[in-house]
Amino acid sequence: MTQYVFYFLSFLAILSALMVVFSKNPIHSVLYLVLTFFAIAGHYLLLNAQFLAIVHIVVYAGAIMVLFLYVLMLLNLNVDSEPVKKNWVKFAGVLSGGLLMLTLVATFHKAEATPLIQDNPEIGVTANLGKILFGEFALPFEISSVLLLSAMIGAIMLSKKEVKK
Amino acid sequence: MKELIWLVPLLPLVGFLLISLGKSYFSKSLAGILASAMVFGSFVISLGVFFDVLNGDGKQTTVTLFEWIATADFHVNIAFLVDSLTSIMLLIITGVGFLIHLYSMGYMHDDEGYAKFFSYLNLFVFFMLLLVLGDNYLVMFAGWEGVGLASYLLIGFWFKNQPYNDAAKKAFIVNRIGDLGFILGIFLIYTTFGTIQYSGVFGGALNFTENDPTIVAITLLLFVGAMGKSAQIPLYTWLPDAMAGPTPVSALIHAATMVTAGVYMIARSNLLYSLSPDTLGFVAIIGGATAVFAATIGIFQNDIKKVLAYSTVSQLGYMFLALGVGAFTGGVFHLITHAFFKALLFLGAGSVIHAMGGEQDIRKMGGLKKYVPITYMTFLVGTIAISGIPPFSGFFSKDEILAHAFQVNPIFWVLGVLGSMMTTFYMFRLFYLTFMGTFRGTEDQKHHLHESPKTMTIPLVVLAVLAIVAGFIGIPHVLGGNHWLEHFLAPVFKQSEIYAHGHKLTHSTEYVLMGVTVTITILMILFARTKFVSKGYVPADDSVKQGFIPRLLANKYYVDEFYNAIIVKPLNGLASFTYKFLELKGVDAIVNGIGKLVVFISGQARKLQTGNTGFYIFAMVIGMLVLLALNLFNK
Amino acid sequence: MGTLQAIPLNHYIFLSVILFSIGVIGVLLRRNAIIIFMCIELMLNAVNLLMVAFSAHHGDGSGQVFVFFIMAVAAAEVAVGLSILIMMHRNTNTTDVGFLNKLKF
Repeated sequence: MTQYVFYFLSFLAILSALMVVFSKNPIHSVLYLVLTFFAIAGHYLLLNAQFLAIVHIVVYAGAIMVLFLYVLMLLNLNVDSEPVKKNWVKFAGVLSGGLLMLTLVATFHKAEATPLIQDNPEIGVTANLGKILFGEFALPFEISSVLLLSAMIGAIMLSKKEVKK
Repeated sequence: MKELIWLVPLLPLVGFLLISLGKSYFSKSLAGILASAMVFGSFVISLGVFFDVLNGDGKQTTVTLFEWIATADFHVNIAFLVDSLTSIMLLIITGVGFLIHLYSMGYMHDDEGYAKFFSYLNLFVFFMLLLVLGDNYLVMFAGWEGVGLASYLLIGFWFKNQPYNDAAKKAFIVNRIGDLGFILGIFLIYTTFGTIQYSGVFGGALNFTENDPTIVAITLLLFVGAMGKSAQIPLYTWLPDAMAGPTPVSALIHAATMVTAGVYMIARSNLLYSLSPDTLGFVAIIGGATAVFAATIGIFQNDIKKVLAYSTVSQLGYMFLALGVGAFTGGVFHLITHAFFKALLFLGAGSVIHAMGGEQDIRKMGGLKKYVPITYMTFLVGTIAISGIPPFSGFFSKDEILAHAFQVNPIFWVLGVLGSMMTTFYMFRLFYLTFMGTFRGTEDQKHHLHESPKTMTIPLVVLAVLAIVAGFIGIPHVLGGNHWLEHFLAPVFKQSEIYAHGHKLTHSTEYVLMGVTVTITILMILFARTKFVSKGYVPADDSVKQGFIPRLLANKYYVDEFYNAIIVKPLNGLASFTYKFLELKGVDAIVNGIGKLVVFISGQARKLQTGNTGFYIFAMVIGMLVLLALNLFNK
Repeated sequence: MGTLQAIPLNHYIFLSVILFSIGVIGVLLRRNAIIIFMCIELMLNAVNLLMVAFSAHHGDGSGQVFVFFIMAVAAAEVAVGLSILIMMHRNTNTTDVGFLNKLKF
């Protein structure tokens, strides 16, 4: 049963990723990306990473993609103003990306297909994750708050309009 | 006094440094006084050294100053060897050098390069002293090269005149050719004996048999050096051209000291030369040939200094003839007497040129006897001395050479007498044309005629006295003397005595030989007197076409032109060929080509910076791909 | 739980690789800066997925913690990046990255 779920979710993820890349309309790309994020959140649930799945949706689909949409609509981009690369460049890009995939797959295809035997299936549960986060990783946690603060200040500084005398 | 020997070369060196570095800070005349004082100081110490050696019965000592080269196998020290030969040479160099410094104070008085002249003179004296003091061949060679340098500087002293510069270059280059032989000789000495110190070399030489090919090679190579420095055939062409320098330079360097370096070198290496009679024979032939050859050219020269130049070449030939027949003492003896009378003659010529306001052509002189009496008297003394009239010094030294020459091979004696004849003739020709008869110059020159100042005439008088009495240090046994010089120099040459060939002459033979030479000399003087004084013959002007022989000799057998065509032009051609093809098209092309290649490659590489971000990302992906693929295939 | 035993690790690796490559192709293919940004997010997510899979496989919590931090950093990055993009649009009035080519030879 889970296998079918897994394949369905994978198929969804890959399809929407492809649509992200190949859509002409940027708004469509954003929406497809949101769909991809939901698919990945589904994968997280399959792996019993409950906390992460929720956080994933909240942060990515809820905040980041909304931000993207804001900017897109602010800049008022349409389909016809979309710049396009030359054909041979596109070809080269697809080729190199494809080669990359091929190489990576080739690297891993000999790896043993051992079924997952986990020691601790409850690792994804919020309480357990919280214990690890605030225990071992307390310092990076605090520092990441500083990071977010600086990002906030940076974003404001960068987009301020210059005061004209 | 021997401990102070290091002061002897040091004083002139200090003089050189002080004058050359400080000449803009003190007055002109101070330079002259300082230089002369330095050389005089060296002379005083040399006197002390001489008496030390005299009292020590000519024993030799070595004074080591410091280690110069110290490698695994090759050790050379700056060390001075003090023995009879050295002390005599020191006296000559510093004594005659001092007199010439004194003379230059008057002669160069009006020259703007006065201080520079004295600094160069001091530099020369330093190197010459180094040459004779060294206790190994390398120190001698350092002095050898140094005097060549000083000679170049002094010949080209009036550097604004291009022909003078060419003469200086010629002197240096021809000397260099000889030096090549010298260096090869030193190399061979080192590989044969393992050392280049005189004591080591001469000690090791006793193990070799006569005419051993190595020793012959060594001596021949060293003699090539002597040929260059002492102006023998075929490397003599620089000396007549060197007359471009001021007359005191000609007197000091090209008469009394530098050109005698070759003679000194052979005298010092007498053991090596005695061990190779083949080389000695060669030396004698070259010496004799040069003596006659140069004398023939001298007969037809009309420049007062050129006559003396060829006379010097000829007299040097005599010295080498002496060495070649084994008369080492005779060679040194003639070196001493020649230093005196040749320096005297040159300084006298300088005095004449000074009086004539720069004129050097003897056809425009004449009757100077009453205008420059002191110069006239001293020049007469010099001329008599060089002709070999007893009891003047030239007689004793020349006679000793001729006697030894006759012992070894009468042909050498004939060559010597021929040369002597011609020497007498052209010297008296010079004398009569300059001082006797009527004055043939312009009116301006006549008014300018005056005797030289005291600072010039005193050295002339001193040298004249020396030219008269110097012969008495070597009165031969046959005339009742005890030949003091031979005894004094005996320790230097005693090792060669074993190999001496030739048989002793009987006293009667010697008297006959002496008589013959003196008679011929007097006949030549009378012949010259008849031609130039009684008949008043004056050589024709340059515009008059001469006969074949006079033209050939006056143009010095066209030897210079011959060298030019055979050696100089092909070398220049080779040089310009190498420049055009090997340098410009070869080396330059390669070097510049590499530069151009780098520029080209960087020009192509720079096109990678397109500024297009997409391209950069693409490059990154490709890079990643390559790394991963490599990783994959290296499993 | 039994579900976790059914899907081998390999599958997750392949899925992640495919998503990552699609992200790379997207970056190389598109000229719109915003779309490029989104493809970068796609690549980050592919890595996130892989990390969670490994963490679940080994029972180690650090993988999921790391994913948490990656998300935080991604959020910060998006904020700053989009503000840069807006600046770029203000100056050149376009979001075409092909216009940013002044740093060339």
